[in-house]
Amino acid sequence: MIGLSAVYALAGLVFAAFAVFSAMDRANGKRFGNAVFWGLVATSFLAGDRLGDVGNGVLVLALTLIAGLGLLGRGQPATTSPEQRQALAERFGNRLFVPALTLPLVVILGVLVLKPLQVGGQPLLDPKQATLISLALAAVVSVAVALLLLRQPPVSPLQEGRRLMDTVGWAALLPQMLAALGAVFALAHVGDLIGQLVTQWIPLDTRLAAVAVYCLGMAGFTMVMGNAFAAFPVLTAGIGLPILINRFGGDPAVVCSIGMLSGFCGTLMTPLAANFNLVPPALLELEDRYAVIKAQVPTALPLLIVNVVLMYVLAFR
Amino acid sequence: MLTLLGVAAVIVGFAVRLNPLLVVVLAAFTTGIFAGLSPIEVLAAFGKAFNENRYVSAAYLVLPMVGVLERAGLQERARALILRFQGVSAGPILVGYLGLRQITSALGLTSIAGQAQSVRPLVAPMAEAAAERDGPLDPGVRQSVRAYAAATDNVGLFFGEDIFIAIGSILLMVGFLAASGIVMDPIHLSLWAIPTAIAAFLIHGARLILFGRRLKGRAA
Repeated sequence: MIGLSAVYALAGLVFAAFAVFSAMDRANGKRFGNAVFWGLVATSFLAGDRLGDVGNGVLVLALTLIAGLGLLGRGQPATTSPEQRQALAERFGNRLFVPALTLPLVVILGVLVLKPLQVGGQPLLDPKQATLISLALAAVVSVAVALLLLRQPPVSPLQEGRRLMDTVGWAALLPQMLAALGAVFALAHVGDLIGQLVTQWIPLDTRLAAVAVYCLGMAGFTMVMGNAFAAFPVLTAGIGLPILINRFGGDPAVVCSIGMLSGFCGTLMTPLAANFNLVPPALLELEDRYAVIKAQVPTALPLLIVNVVLMYVLAFR
Repeated sequence: MLTLLGVAAVIVGFAVRLNPLLVVVLAAFTTGIFAGLSPIEVLAAFGKAFNENRYVSAAYLVLPMVGVLERAGLQERARALILRFQGVSAGPILVGYLGLRQITSALGLTSIAGQAQSVRPLVAPMAEAAAERDGPLDPGVRQSVRAYAAATDNVGLFFGEDIFIAIGSILLMVGFLAASGIVMDPIHLSLWAIPTAIAAFLIHGARLILFGRRLKGRAA
């Protein structure tokens, strides 16, 4: 059975290549900072399970120090100039879209065809991780298609990948770090504490007030915790289930579904949802780290009000 | 109650724009220590969770493909393609992408598009090229076109994926309700995500159209 370990081995080798090429990149004044940073990420992927919990903690501290002390630069791998790209674009035409479309096609193929496949009574792919495994497979296949179809140098995927990875920089690790912070929050029962505060101090005696507190609470709580999954059990156990469903007789499907979506409105507004809100500005080379959040808030707030209205109308038919 | 100082550390740290990795580590230690753990215990808990969440960072495996295609001129080709369709402006392009992202996510195909594999190489250059037709883009406007493109991907994903019955959030709700003694068929949870999905399309779509008009007005 192909599981996550295969994906991690591949990612580890790719990051190791980024580290080696970083060390060789004389155009980057901080090349050794980059080499150590991506090297540590490679170590985490290749040997994370053998480092032990404290070992992994030390690895995270080292990554944080490199980023926090500004030791990370931006590599300058040799790439094509804008003029060359214009010429290549004209030469290749729509063939350029083929590898870009190969990626989603292979992902679909993986999820629909490879996932149900059994080999010797065992599933071929770990069913719980089929999408990520398919994505990794699709990344490899589409790189191969690109190299063959567009006749690019064999080393270019690693060098160009490093160029983009350096563009994202330390922000690349923020989503994983925040997931780990979520685990520490859970260990310290931060969610339960906030849930108690909300239910203790805010009046929930009318149906509308309870709906509003639940929806706005899901959004606010998601903003603080960085993801709606952490907010959902706390607020649903505190307000949704005892008050909206049991006391006022709300339809549990409506309450839960729209409650979760209210949380998603919060996700649009928080820097803690880093992979959606902070990595893209880095990837798109935006000056304002919060530009994407600012573009989302005017959608998220009206949508949150719509959710309150929808839940009030639909849950108590 | 002092445990909540960790949450405060996150809010303050992000507000004063400290390096976010530092903020996260400081918040973890503040939270853990006020909750009665020793520093080593916090370090171990944090390291363990970091290791268990490596799959989050494995998604960067798509970057080599994106980089090679950029090297070979994909962004330029995407721009040229848009310029050939005279009538298509930035607003409708983004609305079209919003609809496509919502529908494919609702079918469970959340990983076929994304910030790295679609927004940077295709959607943002296309929207920029369409906006450039109305006159040169100054750097600030170019950045806001890109920010809207990224926001559109997020809105499309969030308010599409919950319609698919086997997505993580639906499974979480089913599990939570089951633990509370309520047996729930996931299909009901997905169906009740549709009204919000429609509202999200209307609200964000209207904003994109207005944004497109502002881009045009800038040239006039």
